[in-house]
Amino acid sequence: MFKPLTAMMTSLTLVGTLLAAPAFAADKSILLQSTTSTANSGLYDYILPIFTDKTGIRVNVVAVGTGQAIKNAQNGDGDVLLVHAKSAEEKFVAEGYGVARFDVMYNDFIIVGPPSDPAGIAGSSDAVAAMKKIAASNSLFASRGDNSGTHKKEKSLWKAASVDTTAVSGNWYRETGSGMGATLNAAVGMGAYALTDRGTWISFKNKGDYKIVVEGDDNLFNQYGVILVNPSKHSHVKKAEGQAFIDWVLGDEGQSAIASYKLNGQQLFFPNAKH
Amino acid sequence: MQDFSHAFTLAFGLVLTADADLLEIIALSLQVSLTAVLAACVIGLPLGTLVAVGRFRGRAAVVILLNALMGLPPVVVGLLIYLLLSNAGPLGWLRLLYTPEAMIIAQTVLITPIIAALSREVIEQLHQEYAEQFRSLSVPRAAAAAALLWDARYSLLTVALAGFGRAVAEVGAVIIVGGNIDHLTRVMTTAIALETSKGDLALALALGIVLITIALSVNAAVMALRLTATRYAYA
Repeated sequence: MFKPLTAMMTSLTLVGTLLAAPAFAADKSILLQSTTSTANSGLYDYILPIFTDKTGIRVNVVAVGTGQAIKNAQNGDGDVLLVHAKSAEEKFVAEGYGVARFDVMYNDFIIVGPPSDPAGIAGSSDAVAAMKKIAASNSLFASRGDNSGTHKKEKSLWKAASVDTTAVSGNWYRETGSGMGATLNAAVGMGAYALTDRGTWISFKNKGDYKIVVEGDDNLFNQYGVILVNPSKHSHVKKAEGQAFIDWVLGDEGQSAIASYKLNGQQLFFPNAKH
Repeated sequence: MQDFSHAFTLAFGLVLTADADLLEIIALSLQVSLTAVLAACVIGLPLGTLVAVGRFRGRAAVVILLNALMGLPPVVVGLLIYLLLSNAGPLGWLRLLYTPEAMIIAQTVLITPIIAALSREVIEQLHQEYAEQFRSLSVPRAAAAAALLWDARYSLLTVALAGFGRAVAEVGAVIIVGGNIDHLTRVMTTAIALETSKGDLALALALGIVLITIALSVNAAVMALRLTATRYAYA
């Protein structure tokens, strides 16, 4: 009586086996917990093959918001952390989750907005004043709302502008709770201003008629840092391979690879590791 | 709206050139989702049959539970599996997080209730037809269950397809436990999410068209199999 059932199962198993791709390469690799801004801009696609060619170490990138990346690394789900929220990174190291933090590179944040510019801030280089005007004119603003590095920067700017966004959330202040690209899609869709890193903006393909309205403020500096996840906290961390990546990315070769990555003729990230 | 026509052109281009990256992503999507369907059938069909023919205390509650679990949000399943498989979690020592296996586990958890609940429904209806015959012939429980499963095989195929549809279309679970790592855990839906977040809506939609085509092909293949089998059976 069980024969037909067995036959069915066998054929299903066969289908599964036929479809099973060859076993995944178990060669040397590290897991890099990082941000959407670095991955989506194409930087990793450009610099990581150079590193892999030289060392034979594959770098698997998990690109999520800085908040989630740090949380994942705290859980030991990663060997190296490369994000952009300096105080959170320093806290990560101070609490023993990371070995040490190094500056890698920087770019800057910008505010983008619709051509109609309802808050009248286009051409400004004072981010805090611009955010005050956005609030005063009740212009739509799309926030990441996801505790990412960009969101943390945005919150610090609102604080400096003495605007309480929790009171107006859902009104003109719209928290998307998603990644940079999704937030930009939403902003463009509803005609809202948004804070974004320049790298994501340059590589973003759904700009519509949006333009950069605020740029060039020292407050908009965006520093990226790299940290080896602490092997004494998580014993399986690939210390040698992870350290090899950090040494490379902070060294001359990695730094010049970062500098030479260009999109549409524009440099996206500026290396600034201290030697 | 030129994104639409651009998407179709792109989709055709991707398929015609047999883009290597795309083929890898499609293969992984199918591998993960079909394996999950298989695993979910291995667990869900016996479970559904047991609930359908069994008479035990709390059966009604089990039926309600199974039906309710069909609506499990993928992102919640992803989160649960992440917490279990994370190195800080109880199953961290398995080192499965950010692997295709983790994605299979997540999708299996997601669709097992669908397979179990729908097969319970199918088998129970058939059982009502057969019950008297089973009783008069004193057919043992296990044999009766096997007969029901076999006679309901074509309906159960549709049940499996429902599970496959859910698995291959979900993004919430696989993006958390797989991490959408290029050349390792990137599947169709996570690739679509990625291209959307890059603002490349045309490419994202093109991938969507390819995904729908794959789902269509799988369904058509199963339908063809079923037709051939019935013709063979009644020839």
